[in-house]
Amino acid sequence: MYKKAIYRIVENRPLTSSVWRMVLEGDTEWITHAGQFVNIRIEGLYLRRPISVSDYDEKSLTLIYKVVGQGTERMSCMTPGEELDLLTGLGNGFSVDVASTSPLLVGGGVGVPPLYNLARKLLAEGRRVQVVLGFNTADEVFYEEEFRKLGCEVHVTTVDGSRGICGFVTTAIKDACSDFDYFYACGPEPMLRALYDAVEQDGQLSFEERMGCGFGACMGCSCETKYGSKRICKDGPVLTKEEIIW
Amino acid sequence: MVDTSVVLSGWRLDNPVIPASGTFGYGKEFAEFYDINMLGTFSFKGTTREARFGNPTPRIAECREGMINAVGLQNPGIDHVIREELPAMKEFFHKKVIANISGFSIEDYAYSCEKIDREEQVGLIEVNISCPNVRHGGMSFGTLPEMAAEVTRAVKAVTTKPVYMKLSPNVTDIVSIARACEEAGADGLCLINTMLGMRIDLKRRKPVIANTMGGFSGPSIFPVAVRMVYQVARACSIPVIGCGGVETARDVIEMMMAGATAVEVGAANLVNPYASKEIVEELPREMERLGIERLSDIIGIVK
Repeated sequence: MYKKAIYRIVENRPLTSSVWRMVLEGDTEWITHAGQFVNIRIEGLYLRRPISVSDYDEKSLTLIYKVVGQGTERMSCMTPGEELDLLTGLGNGFSVDVASTSPLLVGGGVGVPPLYNLARKLLAEGRRVQVVLGFNTADEVFYEEEFRKLGCEVHVTTVDGSRGICGFVTTAIKDACSDFDYFYACGPEPMLRALYDAVEQDGQLSFEERMGCGFGACMGCSCETKYGSKRICKDGPVLTKEEIIW
Repeated sequence: MVDTSVVLSGWRLDNPVIPASGTFGYGKEFAEFYDINMLGTFSFKGTTREARFGNPTPRIAECREGMINAVGLQNPGIDHVIREELPAMKEFFHKKVIANISGFSIEDYAYSCEKIDREEQVGLIEVNISCPNVRHGGMSFGTLPEMAAEVTRAVKAVTTKPVYMKLSPNVTDIVSIARACEEAGADGLCLINTMLGMRIDLKRRKPVIANTMGGFSGPSIFPVAVRMVYQVARACSIPVIGCGGVETARDVIEMMMAGATAVEVGAANLVNPYASKEIVEELPREMERLGIERLSDIIGIVK
């Protein structure tokens, strides 16, 4: 189920030169899973902008977004006190209802944020959580400490080697974390694909697509799976490894 | 109390507000937001003989005051719609619905229309001869008067329900297509479908849409839709459902003054899931402000 409501910005600040963190106050009762997203109405732009929820509690939600176009550019100029029209509780999100005692979380760039709430949920259930955070360069790294503070084992990797393990998330997995029994991933499609090929374990992968509505009506973001076509916005964005067709 | 009811080929609607095909699925996504029985009716997702995945993604692009879609008629096929979607719809929608049917050959159209004709939940059939997103079908049937007439005749021959032909704005003279449909026996017309459009990603130097072009819709096409509804309504004597860029109750009234008997709301549903509901609620208030007692009195009032 989902909901349309007005939310008040309580914080909006940069984490890196292009990644921002926005905290919104309002009704979060329709957000039930890590990895769900909100769809934001932005004054002057026609389509809403889908942004994944990084974390939430009873009365606030945190969005971490990268400035990549007009919509996110305008979001970065917003200030506390401003109000936003959001559709919340969109998408299926990650399922923690799997038999795994030692899950691995893999995030690439702005694919990292939804893993934060997921890590919290998995740790709360007493599971051992390893996290691999992949970035291009050291100055793009964010949330390394936040994951560590939660109690995760964190491995950072950068493509140019300027921070952590040099290489891709798959390099870090091979070098540093072999004893996981399940994985969760969110990031650019080439990363998801590489991970899918490199890892034997089962898992869940969160995808991105240009959306029209965000709630399953327009069929703009469909993809084909082993079980027929699915809408990334409504039946996804999280697909299980087993159902994916590349 | 103002009267918002209108009549389409003998079918009385409580109000003229109809979510347009392709923006409302088979109703269930919106039934999660509000009780959709308040609508006049709605036009279900364009349905074809066989199931279709549609075009590759990305198939959505942002525009100034509008959007482009190149979905390409993704749908589960007519048999699935009859077996699964219509019975499911009965649970949350208690009015008759408009069946939007598309095809890739005259036989396709006739096949699907004949099947859907037996469904008592269907109030009228809207025949889509104007989809800009499929090759060898869709719009190609709606750009030549003879072809449009041929589809109309084929569908009329196998159906008992009113047949409304949905027309494309991507033509030199929409009036000649509308007249050809009327002469071939169409009970009504629906216009306009989306306008063929294109956006380019400047960084990638490539079209935003994987299929290069797509159907442009949203408030920026409203004046074109009003103009075409006006031209067609004056030239034909069958009812016209106006469609294109409608976002408010005032837009509905404007479309009706231009000649529309009922009005479809499309892209607005996608950016505001409550758009059609808000229009239905606002309509009586707007009528009072404008001194309109019976909405049907203003149909085609602009000469």
